[in-house]
Amino acid sequence: MNKSSYVLDAWRHMRRNPTTVVGLVIIACFVVMAALGPSVSPHDPLRTNAIGKLQAPSSLHPFGTDQLGRDILSRVLYGARISLWVALLAPTVAGLIGITLGLTAGYLGGKVDNVIMRITDMFMAFPQLILAMAISAALGPNLQNAIVAVALTEWTFFARLSRSRAIEVREEEFIEAARAMGAGRLRILFCHVLPVSVSVLIVQLTLAMGTSIRTAASLGFLGLGAQPPSPEWGVMITAGRNYLPGQWWVSTFPGIAIFFVILGFNLLGDGIRDVLDPRLRK
Amino acid sequence: MIQYAIRRLLWMVAVLFGVMTIIFFISRVIPADPVAALLGPQAPPEVIERLKAKWDLDKPLWNQYGIFLWRAVQGDLGVAISTNRPVTSDLAQFFPPTFELATSAFLVSLLVGILLGVISATRRGKLADHVSRVVALVGISMPVFWVGLLLLLLFYYVLHWLPGGGQLPFYMAAPTRVTGLMTVDSLLAGQPDIFVEAVRHLVLPTVVVSFYGIAVISRITRSSMLDALGEDYVRTARGKGLRENRVVLRHALRNALLPVITTCGIVYARTLEGAVIAETIFSWPGLGRYATNAFLAVDFPAVVGATGFIALMFAGTNLVVDLSYALVNPRIRYT
Repeated sequence: MNKSSYVLDAWRHMRRNPTTVVGLVIIACFVVMAALGPSVSPHDPLRTNAIGKLQAPSSLHPFGTDQLGRDILSRVLYGARISLWVALLAPTVAGLIGITLGLTAGYLGGKVDNVIMRITDMFMAFPQLILAMAISAALGPNLQNAIVAVALTEWTFFARLSRSRAIEVREEEFIEAARAMGAGRLRILFCHVLPVSVSVLIVQLTLAMGTSIRTAASLGFLGLGAQPPSPEWGVMITAGRNYLPGQWWVSTFPGIAIFFVILGFNLLGDGIRDVLDPRLRK
Repeated sequence: MIQYAIRRLLWMVAVLFGVMTIIFFISRVIPADPVAALLGPQAPPEVIERLKAKWDLDKPLWNQYGIFLWRAVQGDLGVAISTNRPVTSDLAQFFPPTFELATSAFLVSLLVGILLGVISATRRGKLADHVSRVVALVGISMPVFWVGLLLLLLFYYVLHWLPGGGQLPFYMAAPTRVTGLMTVDSLLAGQPDIFVEAVRHLVLPTVVVSFYGIAVISRITRSSMLDALGEDYVRTARGKGLRENRVVLRHALRNALLPVITTCGIVYARTLEGAVIAETIFSWPGLGRYATNAFLAVDFPAVVGATGFIALMFAGTNLVVDLSYALVNPRIRYT
């Protein structure tokens, strides 16, 4: 089967699965929001307005205003950009660390494998959020450090996954062939082992995007991530806590945004898994 | 089996050693100067020096690490800066409420998750199956802090059905502390009115924290139930004329629960994480709120103690999960 027909085939399967399409649409909207947000948002997300504090949703402010009179719709739109950054950066960094270590461990085996996997175990001994809180607090709470913290808690999943893939294919004939042709270890790892592992890693990457957004927003919510006045969604929700129940809109709208984005990544990840794993196709 | 248990126990000790090492390095090495971070830029130099000497920060790093490990092994985690009490007595005070919350949430996740999973599998493709799938998706995608606020808004502010936070109403004195678990202590003290209030206060945080677990466990149960229902022994059981309920519960479910046990570890981790956030929302006087405040205040002894203790809880649960898995599945013990 040549490449384009594989992609077409995958696309056909994906289209047939309505939940995947919903996920795809949500993520597309999210990306568009993040890309166009600043140019379409009606107000400056940081401009405070002492007279217009805590206004209910209206035609001027469709999502209302917060405790400093800032337009919540504009802040949600700008916040999408922050979340997109988190979704792109944290899993990428985690993937780079995890895949490199995992492939190395699985392919080389022996002592190297032992050391790398024991380190992985140590990191996995913490509930993810707790470790992220510790790292973020130690580095100093801000958005960048929150992204670093999220990445440092997520690489273990990539390491385990790529290690088990490397072990599976290590003894396959095409690897043998590459070795016989004189390919070096690095070349074998990244040109032969990695490509056959791509499908599982893509699924993990998609799911990690959702988790990263959630963990980063949780850090923001607890005060250990992005800091005010940043329009990060977790920070916005925590600010709105003090205005329940009267001014419910302050934390409700950023909450809806987070919910849909995570839902989108989960639907998409499940969908891609079904498509890429031929065994699951009916 | 005993050999397997000992091996797992030793492994847990090794992991905890690694955990303490990671926490030590996170807390002492990454911040450029913890004392300056704590005291602020205007602190007089002699105060800084005194504090450094008190915390052994003037010694070389490896020396500090040695002192830290030696004391930790002896159960001395230092004095928390914010409460000015030994970290160990803080942990003893704040652990039981978290244990109470996490355990009740975990049990609810298991019960409701398995129930939903079985209903889904036996009514595959019907309305109940779709509803439980939607519940699961929503449960996985809703961040705990947002579910918490929504339920607080609905059940506390709007409907006034449940209390909005804390373990007891402010006018009620806590029962004599025996276990530290409010529900158990109130029963031990023979005060049913306090017990009722303690349970009412426990409901909302428990529901919030168990959402994720219900989602994961119901999905796993559903798929492994579907596998089990397709097996020959289920057909045999049906063939010999057993009632459907009995086939489902006694024959299929028993085998379908194996994969559920393995997911318990990850579910418990997420339950602990959820508890950390829920404690902040519901003013629950537990370990999570203690840890969060310690992180925000850069209170290192408390950070190390609380994080290490949460890792210990997690490692302990994983040990129990592994052992129970080995107990029900003999194949594991010999590999």
